[in-house]
Amino acid sequence: MDWHILAQQLVNGLTLGSIYGLIAIGYTMVYGIIGMINFAHGDVYMLSAYVTAISLATLFSFGLDSLPFALLVTLVMTMVITAAYGWTIERIAYRPLRGSTRLAPLISAIGVSLVLQNGVQLSQGARTQGVPSLIPTTLRFGEGDDFVQITLVQLMIIVISLSSMAALTWLIQRTSLGRQCRATQQDRRMAAILGINTDRIISSVFIIGAAMAAIAGVLVTLNYGSFDFNIGFVTGIKAFTAAVLGGIGSLPGAMLGGLILGLAEALFSGMVNTDYKDVFAFSLLVLVLIFRPTGLLGKPEVEKV
Amino acid sequence: MDFPSFPRGLLAMVLAGGLSLSGLAGAAETIKIGVAGPMTGGNAAFGEQFWNGATQAAEAINAAGGINGKQIELVKGDDACEPKQAVAVANRLLDQDKATAVIGHFCSSSTIPASEVYADASVLVITPGSTNPKVTERGLPTVFRMCGRDDQQGPMAADFIVNKLKAKKIAVVHDKDTYGQGIADAMRARLKELKADKKEVLYEGLTRGEKDFNPLVTKIKGSGADVVYFGGLYNEAGPLLRQLRDQGVKATFVSGDGSLDPAIVAAAGGPKFIEGSYMTSVREARNIPAAQKVVAKFKAAGIDPAGYTLYSYASLQSIAEAMKATKSTDGKKLADWLKSHTVTTVLGPKKWDAKGDLKESGFSIYVWGADGNYKEMAQK
Repeated sequence: MDWHILAQQLVNGLTLGSIYGLIAIGYTMVYGIIGMINFAHGDVYMLSAYVTAISLATLFSFGLDSLPFALLVTLVMTMVITAAYGWTIERIAYRPLRGSTRLAPLISAIGVSLVLQNGVQLSQGARTQGVPSLIPTTLRFGEGDDFVQITLVQLMIIVISLSSMAALTWLIQRTSLGRQCRATQQDRRMAAILGINTDRIISSVFIIGAAMAAIAGVLVTLNYGSFDFNIGFVTGIKAFTAAVLGGIGSLPGAMLGGLILGLAEALFSGMVNTDYKDVFAFSLLVLVLIFRPTGLLGKPEVEKV
Repeated sequence: MDFPSFPRGLLAMVLAGGLSLSGLAGAAETIKIGVAGPMTGGNAAFGEQFWNGATQAAEAINAAGGINGKQIELVKGDDACEPKQAVAVANRLLDQDKATAVIGHFCSSSTIPASEVYADASVLVITPGSTNPKVTERGLPTVFRMCGRDDQQGPMAADFIVNKLKAKKIAVVHDKDTYGQGIADAMRARLKELKADKKEVLYEGLTRGEKDFNPLVTKIKGSGADVVYFGGLYNEAGPLLRQLRDQGVKATFVSGDGSLDPAIVAAAGGPKFIEGSYMTSVREARNIPAAQKVVAKFKAAGIDPAGYTLYSYASLQSIAEAMKATKSTDGKKLADWLKSHTVTTVLGPKKWDAKGDLKESGFSIYVWGADGNYKEMAQK
């Protein structure tokens, strides 16, 4: 294999992996704090793709011609609207079930996922929607037909993912909100006794997770330009896998898991066979879980007495 | 005339009993015919075409006196292109709705399991759009189609790729689904007959529902292919094309009827990605001279009879003709009659062979223009 093809596959894998990582954050944070798998998270991401397209279309129809400004407004708007969805879902579908069996919120999450999918299908139509390529800038390295290319959007995906990750880690490790999050994660009742409003902290975790999914939604819409009401499913499963691979509950683990999954898929389909890339990715997950049951960066769960 | 009922277990019998009590008056006057296809989901547009075609045909037949004095009543069945749902819908159409014949389904992966249900109950089914060979290859006597087969469509693409495009290296991609892989394999079989199978440089399957095909695209680029053949639907064809062009792959894109849909323009993100692509599909019914009167009627009703609309129209015409001639709704009798007679439909005269395939079925090649529209290429 030529070096430029290998390098191109690395670019492909890093881009894909960064998106998995961004969405995986939502799964891992929610699991970390209330031990629940939020199956509706993939559909929250799907929703953000629609909000992105609607927002862009609205801005351009008002005659806005500055692309960077439009993108910035869209990003902020999508994050706010998607975060509002994240908060609402937690408020109406999960909070009333807190304290019941572990399975109840899980079923509720599957229900929310179906509601979101079908709601979007009915209101926006079942057809695949698209956004034209807005940022055609491409960096190419190499000569003639032998080149490695990275589009500006791909570069944005990698840079924005990594910096969001860093910002989030700082938030959790250094700020008061982060400290309260960690306290709630360690022992919710004790944290509440010490005066932390744990309901508010859990809400904010859902908001942060949804906002990260919104960033992914904006970036993916810019990159692939194509989405439908069903995209949350496959991507959600992959992102969830990335979260488990990296160690569910661990923030850096989500990003690491996403990158490994993306690279594994790209390199396997590039060098071996595209048909079996998912088989390979999931075999990798099984192997990691056999030797490290808590994932790559996960901490073993200590039995609380 | 009695209507055959097909009890499936006690529950169905109870349900059917309850329904027929309440609907006795109506049941005696109408002939119920099911229209099954993806009425919701990603392929809902095709289901709508089926329904529009059938409703217009039913109106015309009913206005002309119906079938032996009875009016046609259509019953909608939604399979969303899900094989499991297709079987459930088939059972519902027979047990609850008492359909005596069915037009459907669309996705081959739905038509195949559902047709077993119809065949078990000896109910006539005509699919206007399922092109997988298996649909009629299983020896089910009451299963017919109003369209061609992938093993005719795929080879046509192969001839075109080898003789017209003079391809040197061919990359074959499919979506691992019954239809997509079926048509790609039929194309490859013909490549072999043309002694062009050495030109195939890649044969791989992508995953339906995904949007990122960049690793595959890089691989296609590395293979140096000058023609990419894709067996699959427009949902994946759109992003695949865009990513091919984004990575600077100039290979000609050739695909089948599953990709020939105006929605591919949106799925790819603009007409410039699709321009110059070739796709095979059933002959454009709107251009058939015999169909012009009916096309005008559709337009007057505010419907564009695109895609499979007229195929669905012709399916209902055939069912009605067979019922008139045999004075029966028994699937076996209808099937025997259809296999031994010629039916004049909106698409012209149609004849079927012993398997239920059309004796003559036309496919055409379409080319996409820069404006995001496609047109039928002249036939030889």
